[in-house]
Amino acid sequence: MTASWVQLLYLAASVLFILGLRGLSSPETARRGMFLAEVGMLLAIVGTLLHRDIISYEWIIAGFIVGSAIGTAMGLLIPMTKMPERIALSHAFGGLAAALVGISEYYRHGVELGSVKMGAIGFECVLGALTFTGSLMAFGKLQGLLTGVPVTYRGQNTSNISLFVVTFVLLAVLIVDPGRSPLFYGMLGLGFLLGVLMVLPIGGADMPVVISLLNSYAGLAASATGFVLSNNVLIIAGALDGASGFVLSILMSRAMNRSFGNVIFGAFGSTAESAAVAAGPAAVGVNEGTDADAAAVLEAAQSLIVVPGYGMAVAQAQHAVRELTEILEQHGTSIKYAIHPVAGRMPGHMNVLLAEADVPYDQLFDLEHINDEFGKTDVALVVGANDVVNPAAKTNPGSPIYGMPVLNVEQARTVIVLKRSMSPGFAGIENELFVRPNTLMVFGDAKKTLTRVIQQLKG
Amino acid sequence: MAPDVIFGVYIFLLAAFVGYQVISGVPPLLHTPLMSATNAISGISLVGSIVAAGAHYNAVSTALGFVAVTAATINVVGGFVITDRMLRMFKRKEKRRP
Repeated sequence: MTASWVQLLYLAASVLFILGLRGLSSPETARRGMFLAEVGMLLAIVGTLLHRDIISYEWIIAGFIVGSAIGTAMGLLIPMTKMPERIALSHAFGGLAAALVGISEYYRHGVELGSVKMGAIGFECVLGALTFTGSLMAFGKLQGLLTGVPVTYRGQNTSNISLFVVTFVLLAVLIVDPGRSPLFYGMLGLGFLLGVLMVLPIGGADMPVVISLLNSYAGLAASATGFVLSNNVLIIAGALDGASGFVLSILMSRAMNRSFGNVIFGAFGSTAESAAVAAGPAAVGVNEGTDADAAAVLEAAQSLIVVPGYGMAVAQAQHAVRELTEILEQHGTSIKYAIHPVAGRMPGHMNVLLAEADVPYDQLFDLEHINDEFGKTDVALVVGANDVVNPAAKTNPGSPIYGMPVLNVEQARTVIVLKRSMSPGFAGIENELFVRPNTLMVFGDAKKTLTRVIQQLKG
Repeated sequence: MAPDVIFGVYIFLLAAFVGYQVISGVPPLLHTPLMSATNAISGISLVGSIVAAGAHYNAVSTALGFVAVTAATINVVGGFVITDRMLRMFKRKEKRRP
């Protein structure tokens, strides 16, 4: 096959990728869209296998077999609750692949590299390495292998920025003189180190932003690979991935009231400081209730809005939530779910968990579409959410989360909060919602509490 | 600067704009499938790895290429499998499982 045929296959693949992502604008068309993207991928791979430089296929096929086996097993076996971990790992693999191709190209050409190619390889390797270790760190934090608490030390930002500067100075020297291979491997090492240092100060609740950002970096690394290999489909697919991570980062940072610059430069220090404010429980004026109280309130309700948070994912309470709402629906209660953009550990986390539990997606509403409805609602049931329902974000300018868009749960006639204890959320701030007169606190594991409430309602 | 680099920058910028537009239209409901889908798509770096693994430039390139093919294939296959698994779960009320 001639080179122009391969280029046409790549062009078709690029168009199919864009159409595939276009399909994701609605759940109705999403699966068809993904099918188009899969066809595009197949075309691109077939086209590449016909590349004139390829003289033997044994290592390619071996890689396909090992990769497909691991990929399929991971794809089919990973539980939905582990989705943030899986996404973090896949960013790591993407970064690794990009970095390795870059190293291979450098090793092969070294001194002969032109300055533009060298620059592209440098970007590819640094971004790839940084995405690899950064994503592994994120994985470790999500999985609980590393502490989810932000790790901070004096001079952290200064030393991180200095390392960035050193990395780019090395890259600049290499662009002028590509033959200095010790500098290349030093730069690569710094890339790996930077990934670790960047994610170290980031706490669990900031994970949606970090995961989106790493998504963007993985895409940019793939795009840089395209520049290195003069391969347009790589440039396009990488740009799409980069744009997606970029859009999600903006949305997530907006939902946490962070400036975009704050996200780009990864300066997550501010919330880490506020964690120190964490005080003991202020058990003044808390209306503590039992599951029987909660069941009575729910039984009398005409309308219910469920507000899930990370606590629901931790307790794996999504099935119990769905069972409860089904029973209430049979009693004629209207059911809605209010999903805050940063509830959970990654964009869309709550939607996936609820979909897994068979909650129909027409019951799931975004912040801006549901916030006016709390005032007209009998009961808001908060399952393991904290900062995203803290009214202090609207009323207390001194609060670290002041200005963050939150769900107006306190406007509901009664608020039931299922929570482990009075401990403050990630931001380390008291939640005045918990001491409001119309709030009923039910302490304990959300899944167990819900199961008991369901028994009360059934009996 | 070489013309093919300028051309590449053109393509990158245009694709980034298209991506920005298309992805802004994805509802928050599907943000997790979006992440795993774009992840699978950026596994297209597979095409670079394939050439590195199969061209026998030298032993190091072949070895790195093999690892890169494996890593990228995990993303492509795993990414599409899991995206489809998630998308199958999103159902409207009337189509709910009996």
